[in-house]
Amino acid sequence: MRKILAAVAAAGMVAMAPQPASATPQEDLKEFRAYFEKRFPDVPMNDYINGVYAIDEASREQWEAIEDFPPYEIDISAGKEMFNTPFKNGKTYASCFENDGKGIRQNYPYFDTKTGEVVTLESAINACRVKNGEEPLGWKKGKIAQISAYMAYTSRGNKIDIEIPDDERALEAYERGKAHFYAKRGQLNMACADCHVYNSGRNVRADLLSPALGHVTHFPVYRSKWGELGTLHRRYGGCNKQVRAKPFPAQSDEYKALEYFHTYMSNGLEINGPGARK
Amino acid sequence: MRQGKSIITSAASVAILLGSMSLAPIGSASAEEASVIEQGKQIAFDRKKGNCLACHQIEGGDLAGNIGPPLIAMKARFPDKSKLRAQIWDSTKMNPNSMMPPFGRHDILSEDEIDKVVEFIYTL
Ligand code: HEC
Ligand code: HEC
Repeated sequence: MRKILAAVAAAGMVAMAPQPASATPQEDLKEFRAYFEKRFPDVPMNDYINGVYAIDEASREQWEAIEDFPPYEIDISAGKEMFNTPFKNGKTYASCFENDGKGIRQNYPYFDTKTGEVVTLESAINACRVKNGEEPLGWKKGKIAQISAYMAYTSRGNKIDIEIPDDERALEAYERGKAHFYAKRGQLNMACADCHVYNSGRNVRADLLSPALGHVTHFPVYRSKWGELGTLHRRYGGCNKQVRAKPFPAQSDEYKALEYFHTYMSNGLEINGPGARK
Repeated sequence: MRQGKSIITSAASVAILLGSMSLAPIGSASAEEASVIEQGKQIAFDRKKGNCLACHQIEGGDLAGNIGPPLIAMKARFPDKSKLRAQIWDSTKMNPNSMMPPFGRHDILSEDEIDKVVEFIYTL
């Protein structure tokens, strides 16, 4: 811990370097990695999937004890049950996904070159329901989070593999997400990057700020504060509100684009969802 | 409380010093300024107002963050008090990437509240 803090302090001087505007996604990714490798030299790359616990030995043990008897276990079972229960028309979720929906979390979100849209796992789940004559589910918690949790669970250990296809619109979506990530917003005037890049490893009051690298690998997440599962977009909304910015709706184009950028940055890291956080 | 008291005492003596420099009548001004300083401290510590402790260590405050530098020796670091006020009013003037909220420019605190916070911070 001590070592980490010293490293953070040393990295402090370069921390404010602004992100260059016109880099390719590959260049962005390289720089993003290099930044965190320098900031937390003792953290192995795949450990970033553990969020704040990758950099905080003090709370890590407590968290590992929680993960031994995970609070999201019944959600995985509920998600599995729903996933395997046929719709009224007799079809199942499996019919909508590659490999019957097993072990595919790492490919979401992807850019659909036919529709020109970013497809998140949750949007695909609801699209599947609607296509089969069912009502869509609410976006941020409950059933959709349980199904998504089950699908993440079957994908544990698979490496995130987000592509930016050679399509202007895909790059546009990526750039929009990147802009959201680095733009200051809200009355408090803070960017995602302020908290989760430049000041990761530091404390806002008593909260240690996690690195953005690896953020997405364990969603949906069971948060003690929520007392239940929530999706990534629920978290985005919470972090927007913290800086007194109006949150965007879950599954809005804005958050889909943010998720596209945010997940691309974690390419190659293992899926370990669902996760538990405080 | 003990600590608070000592801050108030030192604040009062600062007020006397300042008071004498600006040729204000000494005795009465110091009591008034001490209460301004106390109000400034409350605004600075209030999570819904300044919440300065989110990022700065400040004497008398618990569970401070460490995003910004500890607020100490303010008179030495800001011989010109108006520069201190400017930092609080809009930190992004000095550093466009500053994570510190622009308290004045974004109407997070009123002008009067900022004045009081400045008086408090200047005692540190
Ligand atoms: C004022 C500081 C602040 C800002 C700005 C902020 N966050 Fe957070 N965020 C936090 C804190 C505190 C937590 C909880 C501790 C942690 O995991 O970092 C958190 C947690 C998260 C998590 C969950 C991490 C996990 O391991 O489960 C995600 C994802 C996240 N933030 C994304 C974002 C995004 C995207 C933005 C911008 C839209 C953003 N945050 C802006 C403070 C902030
Ligand atoms: C979210 C973080 C944050 C909050 C909240 C915050 N600050 Fe800061 N503050 C900083 C940072 C970071 C710096 C370093 C300079 C910069 O980047 O602007 C700083 C610098 C300062 C400085 C200059 C210190 C020096 O010696 O150069 C003063 C004075 C200051 N802050 C006062 C305050 C006061 C008073 C409040 C509350 C009303 C406050 N800050 C709230 C982050 C914050």
